[in-house]
This record gives sequence, C-alpha cells and structure tokens, in this order.
Amino acid sequence: MPIVASATIPDALTFAISAAAILGGAVGVIASRNAVHAALSLVLTLFGIAVLFIEQDASFLAAVQVIVYAGAIVVLFLFVIMFLGVDRREDVAAEPLRGQRPLALLLVAVALGGVIALGVNAHWATGVHAVAGSTTAGHRPNVAVLGRAVFTTYLYAFEATSALLVIAVVGAVVLAKRPRVDQPARPEPLVVPDGRQPSIDGGEETPVEAAVEAQVGTETPVAEHGGAR
Amino acid sequence: MSIPGEWYLVLAAALFIVGALGLLVRRNVLIMFMCIELMLNAANLTFVTFSRMLGDIGGQVIVFFVLVVAAAEVVVGLGIVVAIFRRRASTSADDLNALKG
Repeated sequence: MPIVASATIPDALTFAISAAAILGGAVGVIASRNAVHAALSLVLTLFGIAVLFIEQDASFLAAVQVIVYAGAIVVLFLFVIMFLGVDRREDVAAEPLRGQRPLALLLVAVALGGVIALGVNAHWATGVHAVAGSTTAGHRPNVAVLGRAVFTTYLYAFEATSALLVIAVVGAVVLAKRPRVDQPARPEPLVVPDGRQPSIDGGEETPVEAAVEAQVGTETPVAEHGGAR
Repeated sequence: MSIPGEWYLVLAAALFIVGALGLLVRRNVLIMFMCIELMLNAANLTFVTFSRMLGDIGGQVIVFFVLVVAAAEVVVGLGIVVAIFRRRASTSADDLNALKG
C-alpha cells in the first residue's frame, strides 16, 4: 500500500523521521566502538519507538517506554559501563571467528526476506473478536482501557509480575554482592610442639586440633615460668 | 487516515534483524544486552501495531508485561555481568570459555 495515498503528510513525516531515528540508533548500537555511545544510540531508538507508540494511540505505553526504558534501563546500562570502567574503545574490526560475520549477514538477510515474504503472502486476520476489549471501548482514554484490562482480564499475570520483580531484585542483590571475605588467617606456629612440620595444605588437622595446639603453644612458656619459680 | 500497519511491521522486522545481527557479531556482553533490548522493542512495536490493526487492547497489555520482564532481565543480566567482571576483569564473551571442551 503506498504510504502517501493513505496517510496524511504529517503522519507520513512523523513515521519517516521516527523510522530513521529507530534504524539509525539501532545501527549505532551495533557499530559503535564505545559502549557509552552504544547506550546513547539505544536511547535514540527507544525514543523513536515511543513516538510510534503515540502515533498508534498507545499513549500510556509511550510514557512508560520513555520512563522505564530510556529513564531506568539505559541509566542502569550506563551505570554498569562506568562502574566497570569498560568505557574505552574496543577493536571492532577484529574477527575472532573467521567467516562468522558474512555468515551472520547472510542469515539475517534470509530471515528479513523470509519475514517480509511471509507478511506479503499472508492472509491478514481481520474482524477477530477482541478478547481483552477494544482499544476504543466506549470512547474512553487509552489509560482507562488499558488499566481495566490489566486489572480484570490479566490480573493473575499482573500479580505474577510483582513476584517476578521481587525475585529479580533479590537475584541482583545476591549476584552483585561481594563474596564474603574469609576469616582472618591465624598466625600459624612455625614448628608445632610435637615436632611435626606445620601442614601447608591445612587439610590434615581439624580446627579443634589446631585450636588445642595453639592453646598448648601459648601455655607452655607459662608452665616453664611457673616451674622456675 | 494514519500510516498503514504494514509499514510498522516492516520497520519492526528491520529493527529485529539489526538487533539479531548485533547479537551475532558483537562480543561485548553489554552490547549484546543492548541488542536484546532492540529485539524486544521490535516485538513491542509489532504488538502495538497488531493491537491497532485488530482493535484489541490485549496487544498493549502484552507490551506492558514485556516492559516488566525486560526490566527484570536487565537487572539480573547486569548483575551477572558485574559478577563475571569481578572474576575475569573482562566483558568479552570470548573470555568466558571455562566450559570449553
């Protein structure tokens, strides 16, 4: 369907500019040497997607897209990049697997052609009865319709996402926690009282034996002192 | 009259393909995560487009849930990256070869 015949000029301009921003940002993500530049290109793509959400009357999702994706997820990416100190340039031209890139290009070209061919030849499912309600039910605003669907039809899924978020938070804390530092090493006696060499691997003597030996080692001078007096 | 939905679908397919290409080509784990985000956004755009074409709010609800799952995935994934970086001091996927035969 020709784009100019069925759309107004502002709509067509909005779509064209957003599409250019989306694809340009995506190419920037995969082509930039610096990880910080890649994250900033990702913001460009996410904003373009948000504009297209507004263009398709999904205004609540556009707001969430900007707040959650561009506001939280990209900031998290930038935080990790700068926290790890990996914001230096990397060598993109180096190809660790010979022939992987031409193969990847061929694969994605075939996939893109296949998807578009499928879309052209497919019979569009039109007139399907809406399970969750119409997008414009009763001329209510988008937020009202979406909120009603989330809290009635998809209530259990909504509750499950709350559990998912809690689990993700706990998992992130566990993963990012520093491994617990071991107990400070005891000063080991060079020669144990019965003449054995101190075990280097530490696997021979149990902690109880080590404690007894340490106690004996500290008490011996006291006993000698008492004997002399 | 707005843009026909086919154009959005083609754009979403192109965005998904770019993300998949980046995931295959790049070796930096952080960039690979960003490419996963690109593919998730392509799927979101497809969902919203079908939601408008079919007049069903369910597509937008699914995008809502995809956003939640993407946030959780990024949090856990970046936690894993930080944990690996502590051990290996590298974010290259090629250095994670401990299970290589």
